[in-house]
Amino acid sequence: MTVTTTGRTRVGSRPAALPAARRRPRLPFSPWHLLLVPLAALFAVPLVWLLLSSVMSNAEINRFPPALWPSRIDLGGYRYVLGNAMFPRWLLNSLIVSAVAVTSNLVFGTLGGYAFARMRFAGSRVLLVLMLATMAVPFQLTMIPTFLVMKKLGLIDTLGALIVPALVTPFAVFLLRQFFLSLPRELEEAAWIDGCSRLRVLYAIVLPLARPALATVAVLTFLTTWNDLTWPLIAINHDTQYTLQLGLTTFQGQHHTRWSAVMAGNVITVLPVLLAFLFAQKAFIRSVTSSGLKG
Amino acid sequence: MPRLPTPLTLPPDRSGPHTLRRRRRREAATAWAFISPAVLVILGLSILPVVWSLLLSFQVNDLVTPSRWVGLDNYRALRQDPNFHQAVENTVVYTVLYVPLSIAVGLALALVLNRRIRFVGLYRTLFFVPFVISATAQGVLFSFILDPEFGAANSVLHRLGISPQGFLTDPSQALLVLVAITLWSGTGLCTVIYLAALQDVQQSLVEAARLDGAGRLQLLRHVTLPALTPVSVFLLLWQTIQALQVFDLVYVTTKGGPLGSTTVIVYFIWEQAFKEFTAGYGAAAAYVLALALFVVAVLLRVVRGRERTPRTKAAAS
Repeated sequence: MTVTTTGRTRVGSRPAALPAARRRPRLPFSPWHLLLVPLAALFAVPLVWLLLSSVMSNAEINRFPPALWPSRIDLGGYRYVLGNAMFPRWLLNSLIVSAVAVTSNLVFGTLGGYAFARMRFAGSRVLLVLMLATMAVPFQLTMIPTFLVMKKLGLIDTLGALIVPALVTPFAVFLLRQFFLSLPRELEEAAWIDGCSRLRVLYAIVLPLARPALATVAVLTFLTTWNDLTWPLIAINHDTQYTLQLGLTTFQGQHHTRWSAVMAGNVITVLPVLLAFLFAQKAFIRSVTSSGLKG
Repeated sequence: MPRLPTPLTLPPDRSGPHTLRRRRRREAATAWAFISPAVLVILGLSILPVVWSLLLSFQVNDLVTPSRWVGLDNYRALRQDPNFHQAVENTVVYTVLYVPLSIAVGLALALVLNRRIRFVGLYRTLFFVPFVISATAQGVLFSFILDPEFGAANSVLHRLGISPQGFLTDPSQALLVLVAITLWSGTGLCTVIYLAALQDVQQSLVEAARLDGAGRLQLLRHVTLPALTPVSVFLLLWQTIQALQVFDLVYVTTKGGPLGSTTVIVYFIWEQAFKEFTAGYGAAAAYVLALALFVVAVLLRVVRGRERTPRTKAAAS
């Protein structure tokens, strides 16, 4: 697995020899594991249970007390979810919305961030301050008028209503601006003097250096759009336009007795994020911590 | 890497005022082309709605027919609405429980993991994984685990000889259960951020304190924790904002029930605006929440400023 590859190099952080009086009988491992293992189990158990119950039969779940371990693997839940319900459609909707949001945040975030970092134009100061101010605006404050705007645009009940507000966030613009500011100017200026256009400079010189920042924007945009429930709940009524999150919660409401199917649907909802996380764990954790440490 | 042009360090332009001005103008045009999508979306769907929301909060609006101006009536009604009072109370209880617990547990875990212990990566992954899972998926999962009849939790309690609990269906437990679920998913964030910050604590300081004979607890109190203060303040702000805005989990698990025991402010706003179609009233409640968030942010900024001044002074002297 890729998860144990965090080589941490701390040199000489411990005194070499402890006083003999403090030496206790030695365990073959650090005593802290006695605390950490049960805690880690506590964090892992709900997810393990999610996976297990998705392959149980309904009979096993509906018994009292319910079984804690499947006697055999039953894929009935998955068959039901993929055959009868609209999960494939919802999965596709979620993929479309997230893919468009990630791509457009990368493109518009880069363009906007670069202009704010490097180019001089009238009004740039005011616009930057306004943009920063919007980062502090809670979504609840804007959701009712945003609904009315989307209704005016005729986008309510379409994926467009989910995509348009997510096209570019002030966070993406600001994060990339900060990153571009940290790059040395000389490289770009040299190319600019040689007659390269701004767009070419951006594409050929700046972007290859900006990979970590772009990864952060991609990861955080994907996480927030994929996981969002509030806005789809408001903007979408018709079940062909549901995202996975919205579909899952309505599905649960309608199939209260088919827990194995609900859990199968839940696995499908969680799996893309989980896979992305396990494959790009370093990028995920770095994204989250860097946005935290600089905040 | 693309092949770089030879590094010239001449000033950009010396060919006379005319070309310079033309280049400036072209530059400004390009800049506007670059920022216009961002400006359009962000201003159109953020600045405009903020103002619109304020206007709405002085109106009666059902999202369909034209609205009617009522002045401060919505705010007056909020002050007397027992449901709103309960929503505020529930949100405060939730926040006061969740925020300190998540930060304290997150810090404790980070301190333990920061010792040179094996499998740090594996533990960190396990603590952090729930964070990437959507509130919806968490809600559906825990509705099942905590289902009074079919849930695994009561099944385990039964085996231990403890009587079955109502969990999310019990008005006296539901809010606490929601706090527990959020702790499960939100503590890992604090751990990961603290762990990263601990790497930046100056080892020379730690060594110096050790040489001076500081014990483990003194080291923690006088060296490590002060060094972590900026991160702690950030987490306090971040977790408080998240907690005051909780909605998805409540919608999926309890829909504000049982008996309104988990109706939080955002759920109240959503209900007023999109279920009862009293959007003006909802907007007024949203403004009250936004004001609360603003106050929290300003308070923490003040605290942070005060924290920062003595340290820079100490560094300068």
